[in-house]
Amino acid sequence: MTLLEIENLSKTYPGAHGTTVKAVSEVSLSVEAGEVLGIVGESGCGKSTLGRALLRLIEPSGGDIRFEGKSIAGLSRRQLKPFRRDMQIIFQDPFGALNPRHKVGAIISEPLKVHKIGNTASRAARIAELLALVGLPEGSAERYPHEFSGGQRQRIAIARALALEPKLLVADEAVSALDVSIQSQIINLIAELQEKLALSIIFISHDLSVIRHVSDRIAVMYLGRIVEIGPSEDVMETPAHPYTQALLSAIPRPNVPRAERVVLKGELPDPANPPLGCAFHTRCPSAMPHCTTERPALVARKIAACAKPATTACHLYEVA
Amino acid sequence: MTDTIAAPLLSIDNLTISVGSSAIVEDVSLQIGAGEMLGLVGESGCGKSVTALSIMRLLPEPPMQYRSGTIRLGELDMLALSEKQLRAIRGEDVAMIFQEPMTSLNPVLSIGDQLREMILLHRKVSNQEASTRAAQLLDRVGIPSARTALDRYPHQLSGGQRQRVMIAMALACDPRLLIADEPTTALDVTVQAQILDLIDDLRRETGMAVLLITHDLGVVSQYCDRVAVMYGGRIVEQAAAAELFANPRHRYTEALLATIPASNPPGTRLPAISGTVPPPGNRPAGCSFHPRCHAVIEPCTTTLPRLEGIPHATRCWNPAS
Repeated sequence: MTLLEIENLSKTYPGAHGTTVKAVSEVSLSVEAGEVLGIVGESGCGKSTLGRALLRLIEPSGGDIRFEGKSIAGLSRRQLKPFRRDMQIIFQDPFGALNPRHKVGAIISEPLKVHKIGNTASRAARIAELLALVGLPEGSAERYPHEFSGGQRQRIAIARALALEPKLLVADEAVSALDVSIQSQIINLIAELQEKLALSIIFISHDLSVIRHVSDRIAVMYLGRIVEIGPSEDVMETPAHPYTQALLSAIPRPNVPRAERVVLKGELPDPANPPLGCAFHTRCPSAMPHCTTERPALVARKIAACAKPATTACHLYEVA
Repeated sequence: MTDTIAAPLLSIDNLTISVGSSAIVEDVSLQIGAGEMLGLVGESGCGKSVTALSIMRLLPEPPMQYRSGTIRLGELDMLALSEKQLRAIRGEDVAMIFQEPMTSLNPVLSIGDQLREMILLHRKVSNQEASTRAAQLLDRVGIPSARTALDRYPHQLSGGQRQRVMIAMALACDPRLLIADEPTTALDVTVQAQILDLIDDLRRETGMAVLLITHDLGVVSQYCDRVAVMYGGRIVEQAAAAELFANPRHRYTEALLATIPASNPPGTRLPAISGTVPPPGNRPAGCSFHPRCHAVIEPCTTTLPRLEGIPHATRCWNPAS
């Protein structure tokens, strides 16, 4: 069953000197119930804007968002409130996301109060349940965020996000600020909870090895658009888009030799003034003349390397 | 890939640095030879950045205190030098680049001004000559149209270009040692590869030694000749990079390599390391990793193991074989 569907979602911001910055351009994707969709890309590719816009934490400039078949793009704040219970988000910096003057119990139960769920006693029971769920010691409810380490604070943020039993969780760089040894604890926790609660998760990260580990499907973004999307294994094993290929080969991995890497020239172009045609052509090692004029559509394309077609926005391949 | 260095360029021996009564860095010994790239890896709070800053004596003293040990750069005894002598050495013999190039550059001075300042401070040359040298440096670090780039300001550059400018400044006086503290942590992976390739080319070309401080095991394995792993203020393992990644001996290194997603099949449970990194001043007795270690034996909880073994050194009572 499709839980979330977004269609042609865009978000523009006014830029300097009357220009328009297209943070997200005409992105369409869907998330199935119980599925983890990874969104990967470098800074400025629009992945965080997309995550916030699809929750309507920022207002999209265009396009539609359907949650369980119902359009939420045009809803008022009040109409949106019941949907908010089903859609939650966790952020990169768990310290910035927690009010330092509130006790952990108050932080975790705040969503319950906002949505007028339960009474004091039932909320206290729910707090205890949530703390146990995310692996925090009993008694944490009476302590303040500063008494916890970074990893534990991320657990608190996760407990709060799960308080309302959401169907969809957006995790925006949720493990990026954590140390290696703590990162794997939180990845394990998110994976466990996903399974236990049959959550749908949109996992946003710049780190392909993390994305690969957690995702069922992966969408790769470049300059506000999806350039490739598909089952995790396909995208990682037979990446079609030259940008995906470059991104994969740029990740330094222990015990993998540095040979045969595609090192991209240059950096991300200015999103206020994106290149014509395929936005990646300025850095693409395989760019052809018409890449500079014609934007390739994100459609299924036949890839020589494999039997299955890949959904990618690249002129290198024939449309399947 | 030397395992023991005949005449090391930088030699840190038994260095201990503390704040008040709590040691931040304990009994650290490191050697780097000319042209060598040594990776110093560890998680936050392990003491890697303090070790890096200590070399050029950039730590605030007080509160930081060099309790014991020596730092030698060639023939120089860094701990015996005056502030004036140190100033002559910083930038000249040793240069340093940091994670966030924006905060290291002066936002109100052009790139050219900042490069010329560096050159004029250390070299008796005319303004004209300094400008020529500055343009050469920018060209060397891969900034396009170097002459015109001199007139640009830091905010007009991207993160990757700013880090290139920092490297150009670091190279201005042909230092013998470059200390790079998480130089690519703030950059995207595609730009990270460019910057690390640049540093690697430069050290091969000039014979400059590089101390690369990072938390990223992948970066270390691909660029460094040797690796030192820090935990709880101490070096717990040191070996040639290929050797260390193929046969990690300290249980912390072993666990760290096993826990990263890249070492595991997708979707599987990661072999996590329980608990958290102990903060300085509250490090456990014995081996400071023992509360998180799955291979604890009798002496681990009480007695600190010594860093032993040549060329593959480890500080572990019960090392992986």
